Amino acid sequence: MTFIIELLIAFFLIMSGIFGFVGSFGMIKLKDPMSRLHAPTKATTLGVGGVLLASITHSVLLEGKLSLHELLITLFLFLTAPITALFIAKWHIHRHEKPQDLPDAGEDELWATHAVEQVENVPDHSAN
Amino acid sequence: MKLLHRIFPHPHLTFLLTFVWVLLANNGSLNSLVFGLILGIIIPFITQPYWPDRPKLRNWPMVVEYMLVVLWDIVVANVTVARIILFKRDADRQPNWICVPLELRTPEAITVLAGTITMTPGTVSCDLSAQGHNLLVHCLDAPNPEEVRDQIKQRYERRLKEIFE
Repeated sequence: MTFIIELLIAFFLIMSGIFGFVGSFGMIKLKDPMSRLHAPTKATTLGVGGVLLASITHSVLLEGKLSLHELLITLFLFLTAPITALFIAKWHIHRHEKPQDLPDAGEDELWATHAVEQVENVPDHSAN
Repeated sequence: MKLLHRIFPHPHLTFLLTFVWVLLANNGSLNSLVFGLILGIIIPFITQPYWPDRPKLRNWPMVVEYMLVVLWDIVVANVTVARIILFKRDADRQPNWICVPLELRTPEAITVLAGTITMTPGTVSCDLSAQGHNLLVHCLDAPNPEEVRDQIKQRYERRLKEIFE
């Protein structure tokens, strides 16, 4: 029985290792910055998730006590990772994309990052 | 009832804070539960001015269904993206911007949708349109942008609409 549990834990660990590796390999292989942004989302979902599943399985089935604060790591990752990705993406749009390169924003005409830039084009008050 | 509302201005937040504290302590003792409850009462009370109109969750079974759908999609998309990274030549890949017109209007619902899109490998939500009517999504490999857009609307937005609006 212990052997099967250990096999299960090893499976989760190897799975997370593979997905973590693919995530970092993607950072090298993908050439454009926006595509590179996709690689970390892989590492934070199944990559970390595998380690956490292995940890929960180990504590519940081998040590015989319920340990769930691994779930918190998932929760905090799900709260912080999208915000980081959004910041990097907005920086990229701000520095490298013109409004005409992006798809049409429909009735709003501009995407928020570009719209803010327009507002910033107020007369220069720094002279005096 | 009014007194109860004053002590618990945000019952969901109270529950969440208590839950997180108990998990952080990780021993399930009465001590951590009581202290978590104290935090769960004090923090919503102090931060009350920051929650002018809090969203009402209308459909709790749908919340569970949504979480399961997202988890399943994350597993499936991880495998798909791993295959793209490992076996697809970089020249064959078609990265693409997609504009997703939003039917959601609640800021909280849009936040959850954007977060979900980012956490699902293969898509990253990058920007909102100036008035918040469209969402800009970047796809790692999308030969068929309409399909991705329809899937986002079908799988996530429809369910979020039932939860929040």
